[in-house]
Amino acid sequence: MNIEQESVNLKKGTKVTKVVLIGVSLVFVLIMLVIPMLVLIVYALKDGGTKYIEAITDPYTIKALRLTIVATVTAVAINTFFGLFAAWAVSKFHFRGKQLLLTIIDIPFAVSPVIAGLIFILTFGRIGWAHDFLNAHNIKVVFAVPGVIIATIFVTFPFISREIIPVLNAQGRDEEEAAALMGASGFHIFRKITLPHMKWALLYGIVLCSARAMGEFGAVSVLSGHLRGKTNTLPLHVEIIYNEFKLSAAFAVSSILVVLAVIILILRNIVEYKAKKGGR
Amino acid sequence: MVNKFKRTKRRRVIPGFPLSLGITLAMVSMIVLIPMASIIICASDLSLYDFVKIVMAKDVRSGYMVSFSCALIAALINCIFGVILAWVFVRYEFPGKRILDGLIELPFALPTAVAGISLTALYSDQGWIGSIFAKFGIKIAYTKVGITIAMVFIGIPFVVRAIQPVLEKFDPQYEEAAAMLGANGRKTFIKVIFPEILPAMLTGFGLALARGIGEYGSVIFIAGNIPYKTQIAPLLIMSKLEQLKYTDATAIALVMLVVSFLILLLLNIIQVHATKRTT
Repeated sequence: MNIEQESVNLKKGTKVTKVVLIGVSLVFVLIMLVIPMLVLIVYALKDGGTKYIEAITDPYTIKALRLTIVATVTAVAINTFFGLFAAWAVSKFHFRGKQLLLTIIDIPFAVSPVIAGLIFILTFGRIGWAHDFLNAHNIKVVFAVPGVIIATIFVTFPFISREIIPVLNAQGRDEEEAAALMGASGFHIFRKITLPHMKWALLYGIVLCSARAMGEFGAVSVLSGHLRGKTNTLPLHVEIIYNEFKLSAAFAVSSILVVLAVIILILRNIVEYKAKKGGR
Repeated sequence: MVNKFKRTKRRRVIPGFPLSLGITLAMVSMIVLIPMASIIICASDLSLYDFVKIVMAKDVRSGYMVSFSCALIAALINCIFGVILAWVFVRYEFPGKRILDGLIELPFALPTAVAGISLTALYSDQGWIGSIFAKFGIKIAYTKVGITIAMVFIGIPFVVRAIQPVLEKFDPQYEEAAAMLGANGRKTFIKVIFPEILPAMLTGFGLALARGIGEYGSVIFIAGNIPYKTQIAPLLIMSKLEQLKYTDATAIALVMLVVSFLILLLLNIIQVHATKRTT
């Protein structure tokens, strides 16, 4: 009787805890994540639909969107290229200094975006050591599109390699070794053995990389020089119109980025689900 | 040397080592190492006296204080809610759980500037939540509270996603054993579960802290950037750059870099100890 009573109490206790904890979680997510999104949508539509469409079809907005897409696609392409080679080198071979290399690859994670911008100013800018060379060849990096793209590449640099390397490490190298012994070429091994193993991790990395690349603000802000219609990405464009007190226009332009973010979140969840189902 | 190279080469059956390592090293150097070296080159022009003078200036000191203290408080708040959220996602079933779980990643996907302006709109005196607090004379936007809220926003996924996998792997048998031995729910959590998730929580804490210290986009809008009060350190770097004071910016950045690396180093040490303990 006593024991039974106790177990009933315990169950009741855990049930109360459950409700309280779920409640706390709901309130937290609601206040911290959901309501800010709602605010954004409400403010974006505050001045009516025509104003909204006007804001998002503004030529500067379209130009900024175009630059954001260019920077994102370039960053994803270059970081995928890097990620594949880095993952191959790190997971298929033993060499000295591997841990150091992995730590260096992760540096962009630890660096403040503003500092990421700063290092490129110090490299390519007026006081940078590469400045004379760039000037001699008439290449502009700082306050120009290449600067924006380089900054985007830097801040998203580890995203893809970081997702693939653990998967390839877990997979080991037996299959590749067997294939190599039977005379398969490197590319053939990669396409037939390695790629199928890591395709979901690769996609996952690409999704994360695009999310970060399209939203990058601090680093790009340092390097772009905020030239409207030239070096402004969408997040920078949002800042400019926000600082001009055109609030609803700023929120309208932001809503484009929110839609992109939601698409990325959905893709992320699909990829994660498929990866779990496929057992990675 | 040549001999040694040959010997190691013979053991490698899989092709592509020189090519892949070559490309990796070349890209790491071009994109990370060489640009990072610029900061050291630039800082080496500074004498120690000048360096100290720059980083101990009143505005810079208060900038560090704001960034570090707000990031620390935000990371602590994130630890509490991170544990609760991870627990709820792993242990309980309820309708809408998957959506809630997916939403946690929103701060990763949402551009920081967008997050910044919507949080500002929400917590300003006229905002939905800010106006409620304004009635009691509490200001949130343009104060350190606002900065902390923005840092909680960007840091929460780090903590939740660090703890979740550990909780998923945790064997409920230990809890059952603890319950059978007479421990109540709270005691089981403190004595059995908490030590298990502590290393993961610390990892999440460190990542959230490092991110908070360096964060710019989501914070500058809600911070209001009042000198000596709500100016964050990254903003100081930004304004020094705008004044073309490159060496000042470099000195401020160097201190931040050292702090971030110390945090990550500490994390690595904790991780190594934790894996030693469990295996």
